[in-house]
Amino acid sequence: MSRSSFLAGIIAGGARLLAGPTVRWIGSRPVRRQRVYFANHTSHLDFVVLWSVLPPELRRRTRPVAAKDYWQSGLRRQIAVNIFHAVLVERGTKQSAKATGDAQAPHESSRHALDVLLRALGKRYSLILFPEGTRGSGQGISIFKSGIYYLWCKRPDVEFVPVYLSNLNRILPKGEFLPVPVISHVAFGPPLQLEKNESKESFLKKAHAALEALGRA
Amino acid sequence: MNFKFDHQMFWVANGVFLGLLAASLAGLALGRTVKSESGKATVANLNARIRAWWVMIGVFAISFMIGPGGSMLLFAFISLLALREYVSLISTVRADHRTLFWSFFVFTPVQYFFWYEGWYGLAIILIPVYAFLFIPTRLILASDTAGFLDRAARLHWGLMVCVYCISYAPALLTLNIPGYRNQNAKLLLFLVIVVQLSDVFQYIWGKLLGKRKIVPAISPHKTWEGFVGGVACACALGTALWWMTPFSPWEALGMSFAITVMGFAGGLTMSAIKRDRGVKDFGAMIEGHGGILDRMDSICFSAPLFFHLTRWIFVSPHPTWLH
Repeated sequence: MSRSSFLAGIIAGGARLLAGPTVRWIGSRPVRRQRVYFANHTSHLDFVVLWSVLPPELRRRTRPVAAKDYWQSGLRRQIAVNIFHAVLVERGTKQSAKATGDAQAPHESSRHALDVLLRALGKRYSLILFPEGTRGSGQGISIFKSGIYYLWCKRPDVEFVPVYLSNLNRILPKGEFLPVPVISHVAFGPPLQLEKNESKESFLKKAHAALEALGRA
Repeated sequence: MNFKFDHQMFWVANGVFLGLLAASLAGLALGRTVKSESGKATVANLNARIRAWWVMIGVFAISFMIGPGGSMLLFAFISLLALREYVSLISTVRADHRTLFWSFFVFTPVQYFFWYEGWYGLAIILIPVYAFLFIPTRLILASDTAGFLDRAARLHWGLMVCVYCISYAPALLTLNIPGYRNQNAKLLLFLVIVVQLSDVFQYIWGKLLGKRKIVPAISPHKTWEGFVGGVACACALGTALWWMTPFSPWEALGMSFAITVMGFAGGLTMSAIKRDRGVKDFGAMIEGHGGILDRMDSICFSAPLFFHLTRWIFVSPHPTWLH
């Protein structure tokens, strides 16, 4: 076992101890195939907890996607990149988001981010993605960024599995650095059922609705 | 304070082991004979509970072997898990976060540290007085006044039940009872045996004869038949175990009665909270039992009274010049 997977195991064990997650697989099973797990985002613990409840065999093949601007330096980078092999991508700035809002093709910097994701996915890996782009307050799921749609366009063979995380915002909310142990819940939903040439709007709507439905389940 | 593994302890440990073995065998036999669907479900739940008992008793035995520090640590950990189940169940808001952090990581360890050091005076007022004053003060700093009194009361209630009340169980180890030196572990064991078997006996009597519901709005399974039968059996057992305590048989009977009645009140109170929040169990940590708090509910209420009764009657807190 390498040093990084050992440390990752320890951090995952700590996260499980702190967050005591109950796990439900509704309409999908923990099997070895390429997936994009997309989840609601309320806490820094999100990707660690989601990753830690996967069976060890799947963990080794699952990489979180994180924002480059936040996780790029210092200790955060150590944890994200060296231990969890996170994929760091540029977050679209407000302007570029506006620019891509109307156009059907992704913007220049978004295209670069997409390349990074496609390379990370490769033939072997699954990804953990937070399509809201930033952490919310835990009340409702905000609008999805379109990156997840472009990813699907290039890799329709990959399963897109919604994952609803609850209570993690109570453990470590945005802006806090000390955690409080609260029991959390992780629900894995059925993979998205998509048409061959789904439009961007329709894809994002389906993905958003699937995650919201899972939150009520 | 120190433990001595004397011959009495040996007999109690054997009794617990044999009792559990008998329960396991009975569960096995029931599993073979029962045919109906609902009967099968009941037996499966019963067997899950018995399996969980083996684990719980194993953990308990290990902490006992480590000594008083081990028991304090075990109960501190139980308190943390109980508080976690409680906090997860009630609603808290973002502004409660720092106060919750204090409850988990400052008040809980300090409470057990006070008991471990034998600082009785501090241990009995830390949470009723100082946490009571601290919680609203810390909440004010978060400057969110919505539901202020509700939030403060809820947070304090959780600390009182999950930490303060449970901590009275290992606090029994600190009592200095004349003629009972280094034997307090048996007192703690007495409390745990009587409380837990009272629950088990009430469950069995309720299943066998239960008809008249006591408070159907709160707990449909608690019946007068179960209550009377369970309390009577647990008291008889407690009386029969008088030799492991500093009590006479009559005193052991009185203590057992106090323990079982308080335990019953604790179980119902926790049921009321669960009902209010619309759940069946506090958690899913112990197979067949629910969460830690579902198993500790009766200890929460009985431990403080048992501790104080023992202390008032059998420990002399008076200054020596009054004798």
